[in-house]
Amino acid sequence: MNLKTFKGGLHPPDGKHYSAHKAIELCPLPAELIIPLAQHIGAPAEACVEVGALVKKGTLIANAKGFVSVPIHASTSGEVIAVEPRLHPMGKALPAIVIKPDGADAWDESLVGADPATLDIEELKRRIQAAGVVGMGGATFPTHVKLSPPPEKQIDTLILNGVECEPYLTADHRMMLEDTERILDGVEILLKVLGIKRAVIGIEANKPDAIETMTRAAAPRNIEVQALKVKYPQGAEKQLIDAITGRQVPSGTLPMEVGVVVQNVGTCAAISDAIRLGRPLVERVVSITGPAINEPKNLLVRVGTPLQFLVDQCGGLNGEPAKIIMGGPMMGQTQLSLETPAIRGTSGLLIFRKQDLPRLESGPCIRCGRCIGVCPIHLQPTTIAGYARLDLFDEAADYHALDCIECGCCTYICPATLPLVQSIRYAKAAIMAKKRTL
Amino acid sequence: MLASILTLGGIGLFAAVALGIAAKKFAVEVDPRELAILEVLPGANCGACGQPGCGGYAKAIVAGTMPPNLCSPGGAETIEKIAHIMGVEAVSANPQLAVVCCQGDNLKASLKYRYLGLEDCNAAQKIADGPKTCPAGCLGLGSCMRACPFDAIEITSQGLAIIDRDKCTGCQKCVATCPRQVIKMTPASATTHVLCNSTDKGAQVRKYCQVGCIACQICKKTAPEVYQIENFLARVDYAADGDVLAAVAKCPTKCIRDFSTGYPEGSSFIAPNAPAKTPEEAA
Ligand code: SF4
Ligand code: SF4
Ligand code: SF4
Ligand code: SF4
Repeated sequence: MNLKTFKGGLHPPDGKHYSAHKAIELCPLPAELIIPLAQHIGAPAEACVEVGALVKKGTLIANAKGFVSVPIHASTSGEVIAVEPRLHPMGKALPAIVIKPDGADAWDESLVGADPATLDIEELKRRIQAAGVVGMGGATFPTHVKLSPPPEKQIDTLILNGVECEPYLTADHRMMLEDTERILDGVEILLKVLGIKRAVIGIEANKPDAIETMTRAAAPRNIEVQALKVKYPQGAEKQLIDAITGRQVPSGTLPMEVGVVVQNVGTCAAISDAIRLGRPLVERVVSITGPAINEPKNLLVRVGTPLQFLVDQCGGLNGEPAKIIMGGPMMGQTQLSLETPAIRGTSGLLIFRKQDLPRLESGPCIRCGRCIGVCPIHLQPTTIAGYARLDLFDEAADYHALDCIECGCCTYICPATLPLVQSIRYAKAAIMAKKRTL
Repeated sequence: MLASILTLGGIGLFAAVALGIAAKKFAVEVDPRELAILEVLPGANCGACGQPGCGGYAKAIVAGTMPPNLCSPGGAETIEKIAHIMGVEAVSANPQLAVVCCQGDNLKASLKYRYLGLEDCNAAQKIADGPKTCPAGCLGLGSCMRACPFDAIEITSQGLAIIDRDKCTGCQKCVATCPRQVIKMTPASATTHVLCNSTDKGAQVRKYCQVGCIACQICKKTAPEVYQIENFLARVDYAADGDVLAAVAKCPTKCIRDFSTGYPEGSSFIAPNAPAKTPEEAA
């Protein structure tokens, strides 16, 4: 197999065996669904229902506020029992709509789909936004924004991200095996919206079954499948574009600069549902896994389901949880509690016990240069982190701190266990703050 | 050999003459008052005056664009000297000193999570708003300590910033650095401060801190002229006249502290390396 890749990166032990062979199961309804208003990058949505309102699955409950924003919908039928701040996966209490399910899980009848062939491009984009579709790889960038490049940016390639390079996660893998048709239907809709012909699906070589299934289904539609080397962060946008097209997205610009749009496979399936069925994004596949989970699974989860409920569906915990991560272990968000809900960007729930987490004290940098070797952006993490520690942010900016994608490769590899990404994030925040005030 | 010595010497001589002429020709007239002011300024380049350094401030005073009383590190004495140089009357600015309005160290305040990252309050604040359950309390990772140009801040072994009021010059560097606005500027003459920064309701505060203001109103009842409760947090009106001290003993959570005899007794307020000072010592 001809495996393409980028320069840098590494392959941490991936733990995919916990859940890779587990077919997607539908998660039952919890006692209440906590649906945060901030579930995407951009302005949070604005609640448009009040306590006591009766909603159906798919009913609009919060409006988008601005272009870089999407609306939010009820993820089951039931009653709105609270509109108040609740603990958000970000670690603080943020506004949320709480729904008590009525058990019927009935879709809103007013939602009707259409044949994408009968809709024009603007209407397709409008429906994608109205359905609340965001990037489901974890970054949750509103999809319609990516599909609206300025006219001078000529797009020629759509890249489908089926890489799932984050260790432990298997949700996209299972979707490619089980939802192949929906994904490819989404790809065709996207090709129409972008007005282009070429789509390439990138899949890491450690998912041979997914590569085979997708290749077979994609061939008659003239969609390419490209096997990629098993390496983290192969699924990061710019690395994926580099691997597949050999084009490098210049510093500080977006993929559209090199004529590419990247979408996650889950997002494509959501786009197909949004157009053909008129159904908004209210559920997604989540891998619940990690050594502390008794029975790791891939569950189809309604947005707003509390994490504790997901754990219960997977046979509970086998030990004291020491680290709870939403998303993958490299770029996921640590959770302070299992009370927080799964949201649109939740690709995984990982739980580790103390014995799974060796913790070494940080020492001084030994100048081994490994962080530089693995950095997929070719930065000097140790130098930037050093400047950050001294609050020398201009110098950190000179070393391109802002280009850091926070993939965590440097921190992972550092034998001195220095908190390199944290330092760089700190520097990035300070540089951005300075830019804003200037 | 000789030739090269001569050549080098020649170049040297030429350079010296040329530089001498250039120095004369391009000399910039410096107002002698500017130099005199620079002489009396403390030279800390701390920025308290609003200029990046003492030089800039001296220039601004002479140019008449800034008043002569903005150097808080220099204090009244410096202001007087500058006024003298400028031939104006000295109007002393009301000197201000910084106070960390929090006593919730790692023993007295609860933690949301165990923070193992960078020793820096601003970096910690980025992770779920910091490891302290209280959204307003001191994180104790010492960003203010590193920012203070006068070495006036220490972090106790239990993770709380404390300010040595004898060393503090009121430059406000710490105020600008603290991500949680725990450090407040207070009149140097004030002796009593409310050491809490939480605007949450009493019941909530009780949950996360043993020494936070619970807005029970006792201080206000004891001395209504000086204490007010705003947003569930007691405040001292430093300008008001009244019995400030009476409430110190009455506050059930001991968050009103009397600094008049050095660092208050029995709190994490005693600097680890600096024993409490008697008023004579402090003077
Ligand atoms: S990997 Fe760690 S020890 Fe090695 S150069 Fe980078 S920062 Fe230093
Ligand atoms: S006062 Fe502010 S900056 Fe200083 S240690 Fe406390 S939180 Fe950090
Ligand atoms: S404690 Fe704060 S105000 Fe006082 S000198 Fe230090 S930085 Fe300046
Ligand atoms: S007495 Fe103490 S706790 Fe009560 S309101 Fe006053 S400062 Fe707060």
